[in-house]
Amino acid sequence: MTFGTLLGIWIAATLTIAIFSFLYRDNPLYKFAEHLYVGVSAAYWVVTTAKFTMQDMLVDVFITNWKAYQSTGSSTAFWEAMILIIPTILGIMMLTRWFGPKVNWISRWPIAFTVGLGAGLGITGAIQGFLLPQVQATLLPIWEPGISAAAPISGPQILIIVSNIVLIVGVIGTLIFFYFSRPHTGILGVGSRSGIVFIMIGFGAAFGYTVMARISLLIGRLDFLVNTWIGGTIRFIQDLVR
Amino acid sequence: MGFLKWLAKIDRRIIFLVLALVVLVPLLVKIPIPPKVSEPVENAYRAIDTLRPGSVVVLSVDYDATSAPECQPMMEAIAEHAFRRGLKIILLGHLVTGLPLGQIAIEEAAARHGKTYGTDYVNLGYRPNPITVIVGIGREIRDFYGADYQGVPVDSFPMMRDVHNYDDIAALVSFAHGTMVEIWIEYAWGRFGEQIIGGVTGVVAPNLYPYLQSKQLVGLLGGLKGASEYESLLERPGLGSKGMPAQTTAHLLIILFILVGTVADFIVDVYTRRKK
Repeated sequence: MTFGTLLGIWIAATLTIAIFSFLYRDNPLYKFAEHLYVGVSAAYWVVTTAKFTMQDMLVDVFITNWKAYQSTGSSTAFWEAMILIIPTILGIMMLTRWFGPKVNWISRWPIAFTVGLGAGLGITGAIQGFLLPQVQATLLPIWEPGISAAAPISGPQILIIVSNIVLIVGVIGTLIFFYFSRPHTGILGVGSRSGIVFIMIGFGAAFGYTVMARISLLIGRLDFLVNTWIGGTIRFIQDLVR
Repeated sequence: MGFLKWLAKIDRRIIFLVLALVVLVPLLVKIPIPPKVSEPVENAYRAIDTLRPGSVVVLSVDYDATSAPECQPMMEAIAEHAFRRGLKIILLGHLVTGLPLGQIAIEEAAARHGKTYGTDYVNLGYRPNPITVIVGIGREIRDFYGADYQGVPVDSFPMMRDVHNYDDIAALVSFAHGTMVEIWIEYAWGRFGEQIIGGVTGVVAPNLYPYLQSKQLVGLLGGLKGASEYESLLERPGLGSKGMPAQTTAHLLIILFILVGTVADFIVDVYTRRKK
C-alpha cells in the first residue's frame, strides 16, 4: 500500500465518522462532510457529463465526420456531421429560459421535443415490456389437465394450482382495492379487503428487504473502518518497520 | 412499570450504539453461517455458467457509492465468474458517479485471471438518457458508443469488432439501486428479447419479483444476501459472505426490539386504561 492510498483511506474514514456523528446530534463536522459530499458529487457530475455528452457525442463526432468529409468527400460523413447541428440548436434554445419572459418561450420547443420523445418511448416500453407480459403471466391455469382417477393429482401439482389461485386472487383483489369509482361494498368490499391483505404482505416483504439494505450499508462502512482503515494502517506501519 | 415506561421512551442513541456493536462483533469474530442459495440467484449463476466461452456479456453499473456495499460484491462476483468462464465483458453505466466502482471490480478480476483491456473487456463509459441508449444498442452499439471511456475508437478493440447489437450480446447484468433493471427489461427484453439478470439493492428487489414470475428476468441477486449466495456458488467469499453473519445478528436484534417495544407498549397501555 502506498502512502497516497493510505492518505485517501484516512480522508474517507474521517468523513465516514463525521457523517456518523449526526447519530449523536447535528454538529459542524457533519455539516462540513455533507456539504463536501454534495459539492464533490455535483462537480464530478458536471465534468463527466460534459465529457461523455458534449465532447464524446457532439464535438468529437462532428470533428471526425467533418474531417472525413473534407478528405474523402463522403456525403454520409457530411450529413452525419450536419445532423448534429439540430440537437446543438435545440440545446441552445433550452438555455433561453434563463433570459427573461421575452425570449424564454423559445425553450418550450426543445422541451416539447423531449416530452414527445419521452412519451413515445415510455408508452411503447410500458405496454410492450411491462403491461402485456405481466398480464400474460397472470393468465394461469387453475387446474392441471390430464388429472383423472387413473392419474390422480400429485403434491407438486397441488402446490402449483394453489400458487396460481393465490396469484390470481391477489392480482384481482389489489386491482379492486384501487378501483375508486364505486363504494367498496358487497362483492367489491370482499375483493377490496382481500386486496388489502395482499398489499400489506407486499409492504411487509418490502420493509424486510429495506431493513436488510440499510443494515448492509452499515456493514459496508463498519467493514471499511475496521478492515481497510484500522487494518490497513496497521499493515502499512508493519511494512514500514520491516 | 417504570422500566417498561423507560423502554417506551428509550433514547434512540442507545439503540444506535447497540446496533453498531451487534454488527461490529460478527465482523471481528467469524461466525460460520452457510447460506442457502435461493432459486433466483441459482438461475442467475446458471445463466452465466452456461454461456459459451468467448460470449459477450454487458455489465451495466447503475449504482454509485451510496449503495456500493450491496452492489459492489455482486459486481465483483459476476465479473469473477465471467472471467473464469472465459467470457468477454462490456462495462457501461447510467450513473456516472458509479462507473469507477465497476471499473475497479473488473480490473481486479482481470488482474487475477490475466485478462487484457480491449481483448477481454472494455469500459464504454456513460451516455445520457438511458432509454434512448438502450433502444439504440438494439440497432448499432456504435451509434452511442463510438469510443470507450477514454475516447479510443471501439473498432480498435479486438473484442468489439463483431459486436453490433443485442444479437451479439449473450446476457446483460444490471447492477442497480433504482429503476434501471425495469428500464432494461422494458426496452432490451421487450423489444429485442435480451437475456437480463438483475443485481439490485434490498430496497429494489421486491419490485422485481413479478418479472421473475413472468420470466422477463432470468435471475435476481437481491441485496447483500444475493451477493453472499452468488459468492458461495463461486466458492469465493467476499463482502457478501463476510457481512451475512452481521446481517443475521442485526435482524435478530431488530426483531427483539419490535417484540419488546410492542409488548411493553401494550402492557403500559392496558395499565394506563385500568388506572383511569
